[in-house]
Amino acid sequence: MTKKAKRDTTLTVLLIIGMIVFLQIANTTFDSYEKQVLSLMAIYGIMAVSLNLVNGITGIFSLGHAGFILLGAYTSALLTIPSEQKIAMFIIQPPSPLIANLHADFLTATILGGLVAAFGAFIIGFPVLRLSGDYLAIASLGFSEVLRIFALNLQSVTNGSLGLKGIPNHTNIWWSWGWLVVTVIFMVSLVKSSYGRALLAIRDNSIAAEAMGINVFKHTLLSFVISAFFAGVSGALYAHWLTTIDPRITTFGPTLTYYVLIMVVLGGLGSITGSVVGAILFAFLMEWLRIFEQPFTLFGRSFPAIQGMRMLVLSVLFVVTMIVWKRGIFGRSELTWDGIINFFKKFGKKADERGVGK
Amino acid sequence: MTINFTIFIQNLLNGLMVGGLYALIAVGYTMVYGILGLINFAFGDIMAMGIYFAYYGSTLIRLNFPFAIAFSLITTAVLGILIDRLAYKPLRNAPRISALITAIGVSFFIESFAVVFFGPNYKPFLDVLEDKTIAFQSFIIGNVYIPKIIFIILGVTAAALVILFLIVYRTKIGMAMRAISADIPTTSLMGINVDMVIGVTFAISSALAALAGVMWALRYPSFYPYTGFVPGLKAFIAAVLGGIGSIGGAVLGGILLGVIEMMLITFFPTLMQYKDAFSFIILIIILLVKPAGLLGKRTVEKV
Repeated sequence: MTKKAKRDTTLTVLLIIGMIVFLQIANTTFDSYEKQVLSLMAIYGIMAVSLNLVNGITGIFSLGHAGFILLGAYTSALLTIPSEQKIAMFIIQPPSPLIANLHADFLTATILGGLVAAFGAFIIGFPVLRLSGDYLAIASLGFSEVLRIFALNLQSVTNGSLGLKGIPNHTNIWWSWGWLVVTVIFMVSLVKSSYGRALLAIRDNSIAAEAMGINVFKHTLLSFVISAFFAGVSGALYAHWLTTIDPRITTFGPTLTYYVLIMVVLGGLGSITGSVVGAILFAFLMEWLRIFEQPFTLFGRSFPAIQGMRMLVLSVLFVVTMIVWKRGIFGRSELTWDGIINFFKKFGKKADERGVGK
Repeated sequence: MTINFTIFIQNLLNGLMVGGLYALIAVGYTMVYGILGLINFAFGDIMAMGIYFAYYGSTLIRLNFPFAIAFSLITTAVLGILIDRLAYKPLRNAPRISALITAIGVSFFIESFAVVFFGPNYKPFLDVLEDKTIAFQSFIIGNVYIPKIIFIILGVTAAALVILFLIVYRTKIGMAMRAISADIPTTSLMGINVDMVIGVTFAISSALAALAGVMWALRYPSFYPYTGFVPGLKAFIAAVLGGIGSIGGAVLGGILLGVIEMMLITFFPTLMQYKDAFSFIILIIILLVKPAGLLGKRTVEKV
């Protein structure tokens, strides 16, 4: 280990310890609404980081994320809801005996949710990843819709359009931020590994990568499956955060994929840290813009509540980012310790030149 | 399994009707794709705006139904030009994926716009008609109900296509459009105002979307801000099925998709709810087996 690598590891460990301290303080001082938002930030973070692996790092444009989130959400929720409650909830058709008696603790359910989503991605990946560009985007969107339509109609497994209700509220800030840290550490090590380098090569020029002996299909499938695993995990956390699952277009449909896409694009397509920052920013804006959905005062005039205003603002922000800003907050670069230290050094130097801080 | 002949004919007719609608939407999709190579993801939502404009033209401005349609065609065409100018034009030379992401953003923007300004709830489209029953009347031959609107839908589709063919193949601007689809830089060297022609393309395709929207709303009369999503995707599937970029292919693909969907329901009534899922499976099979579609030209990617 070089000196720099040692320094970076130490700083990362310090950051995680600092985060734990912050979360502990937040856990005792924040009210329950603020804690909910804090959890949501991390859940969105996992969604964004996992989508970024496929869309930003491997460079294939998938729009199927909501489908994998949905798989993780249903799998985990069906495992944690007590069986008497399942039987009481499935009023149109009783739950199939397959799922009625299954039960697992939250951690197992989350991991299984991730695995089921990963398996789904493995199956879907075979046809979808043979396509390219726009076709791949639409085909993956199509598959996520197929999954949603199945969720809407497999009455005895998913309770159909009634959805699942009364999912135990297991997701707290420890689970969500814990999983986010696991996801980010995994992604960073993946990108630094030879697999990750191969993925970056595929993004930059898949034909050249193939010529260099990289099995493009195998690698893209791998990144698709890993991305789906973490999407499934985020789905499990999301389900136990929402405590309900409703398989409509606007909740677990393409809209959810678009949200995640907005986070990734805002943060910078291809940047892991950017995705996290984008997700936190998105969650923050979503909550902050709620002020427009209640009666509000602006420049001394009062306005009535405007339904859907926050989506409008976010969509404008999204389009403007794409057209004007293009690279998002971080572009393709990561927020590294080197970068931070250099930034402060430069900042300090400038301050020195100006004679400030002496 | 026995299939009642009457039900078969009935569903075939319904399939043709829905197929005509898909065809009308797919043509607008395919026009933009054929010329710019851009999947105008917002197309379904432009169609939904066409429905809203017709609805408000009739209920707010109190126009007669035909004038409300004309009003909707014009406003939607202007909307199409605006979208092109503001959102797509700055990205003309950017990677295709950027354009696709922006198109998703535009789609999202139109949906949110409709939620904010038109309200999130379902609206009854048939308010635009003085005699609402006309949408439900049918001729009865034997035991087959032939809805009257099938003639309107198929007639309008046919008329719109003839006009479109004439524009694309018999006018100067149509020739310019075809030139742009072949090679943009050369076309502009020939003294053609590329941006103007692309604007006209967007105007025509958006007006087609509005027309398709009105027809769609006659068939499925309640609409809300997300109405365009499913028909938009179906039209995309239809366009790919027929060979994206080809107008004839879009028509063929649309009608085929409508008929195939209805036949699925005829032969496997229990799969009714999975109709939309089935369309996507058709899409994926087509993309894998014959990616250029039924009438499309196979392109070879040069490295």
